[in-house]
Amino acid sequence: MSQKQFMQNPWSNWMKGEGPDSDIVISTRLRIARNLRQHPFPLLATDSQGEEVVRKVTEVSDSEAMRKRHQLQVIHMDQINPLEKRVLVEKHLVSPHLAEESRKGAVLLREDESVSIMVNEEDHIRIQVLLPGFRLNEAWEIGTKIDDIFEKNLNYAFDETRGYLTSCPTNVGTGIRASVMLHLPALVMTQQISRILQAINQVGLVVRGIYGEGSEALGNLFQLSNQVTLGMSESDILSNLYGVARQIIEQERVARTYLLEHTRVSLEDRIFRSFGILMYARTVESKEAAQRLSDVRLGIDLGIIPNVSPLVLNELLVTTQPGFLQHHAGQKLTPDQRDERRARLIRERLRVVDSQE
Amino acid sequence: MNCEECGKRPATLHLTKIVNGEKTEYHICEQCAHEKGDVFTGFHNFSINNLLSGLLKFDPMQKNGRETATNKPLQCETCGLTYTQFSKSGRFGCSDCYTFLGDRLDPLFRRIHGNTQHSGKVPERTGGKLKIRKELEQLKQALQSHVASEEFEKAAEMRDRIRALEQKMAQS
Ligand SMILES: [Zn+2]
Ligand SMILES: [Zn+2]
Repeated sequence: MSQKQFMQNPWSNWMKGEGPDSDIVISTRLRIARNLRQHPFPLLATDSQGEEVVRKVTEVSDSEAMRKRHQLQVIHMDQINPLEKRVLVEKHLVSPHLAEESRKGAVLLREDESVSIMVNEEDHIRIQVLLPGFRLNEAWEIGTKIDDIFEKNLNYAFDETRGYLTSCPTNVGTGIRASVMLHLPALVMTQQISRILQAINQVGLVVRGIYGEGSEALGNLFQLSNQVTLGMSESDILSNLYGVARQIIEQERVARTYLLEHTRVSLEDRIFRSFGILMYARTVESKEAAQRLSDVRLGIDLGIIPNVSPLVLNELLVTTQPGFLQHHAGQKLTPDQRDERRARLIRERLRVVDSQE
Repeated sequence: MNCEECGKRPATLHLTKIVNGEKTEYHICEQCAHEKGDVFTGFHNFSINNLLSGLLKFDPMQKNGRETATNKPLQCETCGLTYTQFSKSGRFGCSDCYTFLGDRLDPLFRRIHGNTQHSGKVPERTGGKLKIRKELEQLKQALQSHVASEEFEKAAEMRDRIRALEQKMAQS
């Protein structure tokens, strides 16, 4: 895939909506942070030191061992425009930090976008695996094998006591951050979510809104991830996260069933109102879009809205973001213009699907 | 929304603190978060470096590391990072910073991770002896459990693998 296609194609593998528990778990993400010995961490590195790291990392990504498994394309952050950077962020392929602040930052992308390796983010190497559905172990398998290939060819900063050495003390040890993106509308509607979030805080896990925009979750999407990286093995971290996510998924299912059984009419009313607004509105703000899309998605998952694929919503969650809208329009847009384009885009997508089936 | 502390800058950090079921929300700017680091000292749930720096400010070890005219400043020889810089930014400058800060990091790691010692993956090449030692530990445990359950063939297999590893260890 060319660099342009990465920007224009709204689809990433993680949006495909397949995989276990995909009615609730939108995606699974695993990040592995690694650094090279004898190179200052990216935050302190000069431009030429940063370039040196990019060179070393891309050499390995071009090696036969890597190419056998993954075809990776390099995108240098200083060679793409701000809008293109934003699109990569909205597709969750690079972090806002790599896009906006890092010098000599680069990303190595696999064609299906399930693997993206950031170079010179806060750490020299950040391997990210992003899969649809609930697939923690699979993500770890893919990530750890890439890690092994890098390790064979580069001198990692590793210490017997502290483990993998990272720029930030919160990542030291295993260097892994695993997370699952959960769609929890029923737990929010039944007001159980705060009780659950509170319990999560007590077991070494964190929850955030999907774009990290603070405590408020956009469109009832929550990202659950591990907080501890030192002193626990990777399998402990993953199984801890798995266990807690499993319980939340079950509780969301119970809450959905409860809503269906006890408040069917008002639930249907809410879902169809949202559907109606999205089908006919002429202007929609991003926050409202996220909430309405969440309702529609719930309607699809519960069989209340037939004939609409849940995949459309995964796609719309990304394509209705400001960066994507502007990239698609080929120009900068005012907030009003974005709201108008967002409404049109959603109308068209929902209608196409509705008439297709 | 503007910052609750200064009321001037836009709030960029939105935090929810839950203590005994009581939820408090904070909407503050980076700068105030930095200055008010201590307010959040009880936090273990946010990997934000401003909060880390709050933790570091109350690190009793810092007093011992205070830079005086007679004392050479505590500084990483490789990248030049000083303890003061580290406690401000909450970030290391290079992998050698871990060596220069040494045990001083223990209280910090204990507060973030509840732990100070790595117990996960070990890299094949750079991990060297540690990797073998860990494998040996596992094999010895397996050997014991096979003996206990009278699976002597498997136990013998473990014993051979242990011998081979011990030789490899002695050679390297
Ligand atoms: Zn402020
Ligand atoms: Zn250093």
